[in-house]
Amino acid sequence: MTADPKGVLTGEHYLDGDHAAAEGGLAAGCRFFAGYPITPSTEVAERIAARFPKVGGIFVQMEDELASMAAILGGSWAGAKSMTVTSGPGFSLMMENLGLGIMMEVPTVIVNVQRGGPSTGLPTLPGQADMMQARWGSHGDYELIAVSPSSPQEAFDYVIMAFNFSEKYRVPALVMMDECVGHMTEKVVIPRPEDIEITPRKAYTGPPDKYLPYLPDKDMIPWMTRAGGGTRFHTTGLTHDEKGYPVMNAECQEKCVHRLIDKIRTKADEIVVLDEEKVDGADVVVVSYGISSRVAVPAIEMARKEGIKVGSLKMITVWPFPENRIRALAKKVKAFVVPEINYGQMSLEVERCACGNAKTILVPHGGGWVHEAKDIYQAIKGGAK
Amino acid sequence: MTKQAMLTEDVPHPMDGLLRMDRIPHIWCPTCGLGTIVTAFAAALEKIEIPLDDVAVVSGIGCTGRVAGYIKVDSFHTTHGRAIPFATGLHLANPKLKVVVISGDGDLISIGGNHFIHAARRNVDITVVCVNNFIYAMTGGQVAPTTPLKANASTMPYGNFEKPFSIPFLADSCGAVYIARWTALHVRRLTTALTEALAKPGFSVVEVISPCSTLYSRRNRLGTGLDLMKFYHDNCVIKHGADTRELDIGFQEPITVGKFIDRERPTYIQSMNTWYGEVFGDEFKPYEGSIK
Amino acid sequence: MPQEIPSAPKSTKMKYWRKPLDADTVKVPHGELHIVVNRCKGCRFCVEYCPRDVLQMSEGFNVKGYHYPEVKDENACVNCRLCEMLCPEFAIFCTEKEEEGGEG
Repeated sequence: MTADPKGVLTGEHYLDGDHAAAEGGLAAGCRFFAGYPITPSTEVAERIAARFPKVGGIFVQMEDELASMAAILGGSWAGAKSMTVTSGPGFSLMMENLGLGIMMEVPTVIVNVQRGGPSTGLPTLPGQADMMQARWGSHGDYELIAVSPSSPQEAFDYVIMAFNFSEKYRVPALVMMDECVGHMTEKVVIPRPEDIEITPRKAYTGPPDKYLPYLPDKDMIPWMTRAGGGTRFHTTGLTHDEKGYPVMNAECQEKCVHRLIDKIRTKADEIVVLDEEKVDGADVVVVSYGISSRVAVPAIEMARKEGIKVGSLKMITVWPFPENRIRALAKKVKAFVVPEINYGQMSLEVERCACGNAKTILVPHGGGWVHEAKDIYQAIKGGAK
Repeated sequence: MTKQAMLTEDVPHPMDGLLRMDRIPHIWCPTCGLGTIVTAFAAALEKIEIPLDDVAVVSGIGCTGRVAGYIKVDSFHTTHGRAIPFATGLHLANPKLKVVVISGDGDLISIGGNHFIHAARRNVDITVVCVNNFIYAMTGGQVAPTTPLKANASTMPYGNFEKPFSIPFLADSCGAVYIARWTALHVRRLTTALTEALAKPGFSVVEVISPCSTLYSRRNRLGTGLDLMKFYHDNCVIKHGADTRELDIGFQEPITVGKFIDRERPTYIQSMNTWYGEVFGDEFKPYEGSIK
Repeated sequence: MPQEIPSAPKSTKMKYWRKPLDADTVKVPHGELHIVVNRCKGCRFCVEYCPRDVLQMSEGFNVKGYHYPEVKDENACVNCRLCEMLCPEFAIFCTEKEEEGGEG
């Protein structure tokens, strides 16, 4: 199905990443937003607050991030497409209810415009240090989907992608942006509504009295209902059976939680989206995401001028991690170079999947700015030896 | 003269239609007041004539949090303290839903306290039933922000020295439009209060004092839930319209019950629509829901 | 001076100051009790608060091991349904008995 024209600001715009992300949400059909201001994500909320009244959505600035996360789950259960935005400290606060969204299998989108951390850190400056938290931040076992834009255009596109993932897999989807992309102003082209592909909600249409909230379909994903839909369902954060009723034993845990993991893990190859360039035959592959992937571009050019065979693997989806691709590539390349604005997070995944078949060279950065291209270039040179 | 009473395989209990019969019997202790409160709530639902398909019950964590699991409407058992914002999301996305939060004193006033005061301030059109047993029962009897002074709890093993909240006072100061307090014993008045609260637009709070035999009563050597009910019977004072500043509850002291606040305020959505109507004029279409 | 009204159901709890003026026109309902014995957890709310003293706890035990309420005086129930409202286990309720005719 295609986008609802009411929310689509078709045309060529000059927007920063935050504003583009807001427009992405609107174009995707988001009509319920609950958030809390936090630098550097606040502009997303502000734009949505300004746009929603005329588009027919409802914006609420909640009292804190905990309430925001709970409210977007409620909004989604009512049948609306919902989203929130935050940054590091708020992301931490949202973790418990993110787990609730995962357990209840609620489609929703959370945008984290990462900043320097830990704790209050560097509110106005970029970081990419929430990547592992995105995957493991909530307690318990689960899988989720996260994307990472590296430009305002991608911020627009990937928010829509996140909404589509969240509806298809009935899981909260994360957009791991960073302050640099969030506050960078570039050209953003917003297409016509009929050119924007939207994944509809997997809505139950059978007889209401026969509905089982967590009976999985062939794709391991249950059909979703909404409050007020006549199905009188129950759902809980407790481990539950197909009726949504809590069942406190190991068999139910295995059935319930294992499916939550498998519905994404076994479909990882369909979910993973990568942008690869000259990876075949490369000696060194730069594995990057977000703003760091843009800084890697001149570094790669510098290395290629010297004759080094460098490929670029930009992760568009960051979770699930492209395990199979890295595993396969590790047998063909000498080294992976992973520039990231942290002291090693996605590089750990690269190293894990490389299984020692290739070196993993982290190019760290504490945060507060982006890398110098020459640092990445030096790492590429080192990897090519 | 004794007579063996009739069993009811052939005549179902009148509440069976509103209960998730596949989960009965419930987990609550003998002489716990929660079953009684669920009965009163079911009776109130019948009276207000809102189609049950449009009712959503949201609860948090705790003994009262389990209420959502037993009532046969769209029901949500959410995280500790977050029932109110979850309910806010449900209601604002689809204002046609009648959203009721049924949760305990610890869940709503302690960890959920911030959400309680803001939802009251905003006058979100939801009904909050706060079951107050003065303790955190499910986790083994810890002190709650409503535990009376001197009462015993597992984390106040020498008696509580923290002054408790008065829930009606808190709700009043934040702008709730309907505030009542009853006990599980006052079933009929409770049903009436719930009916009024459900029908009232805006943030309505009904505090229900409920006997907790296994934790509050046992730790404080007050007998069983029946003994607590007898205490309510002999020590409750009905004072409609009482000043909410005077509704503190002392340990084993008289409890003031009644309907304290019943006032008018525009709801969150009404305020929003009125304001945007002024700001945008005719081009603004009043918000009626985010779903198609 | 409290009076006994011959047409009123027997009760140990209620006495009248005088005969109500409309006593002959008022039809006192009669209730029939239904007790789901095996749901009862022996809380005794119903026995304690029945205004007509209709119930008593049984000698025997139900399947859960609790004493459960029994009807002590089947003619005393006036279908006030307070037991039904108070019961935390949804284990007791009343229905109105069909009257054969007349009052009392």
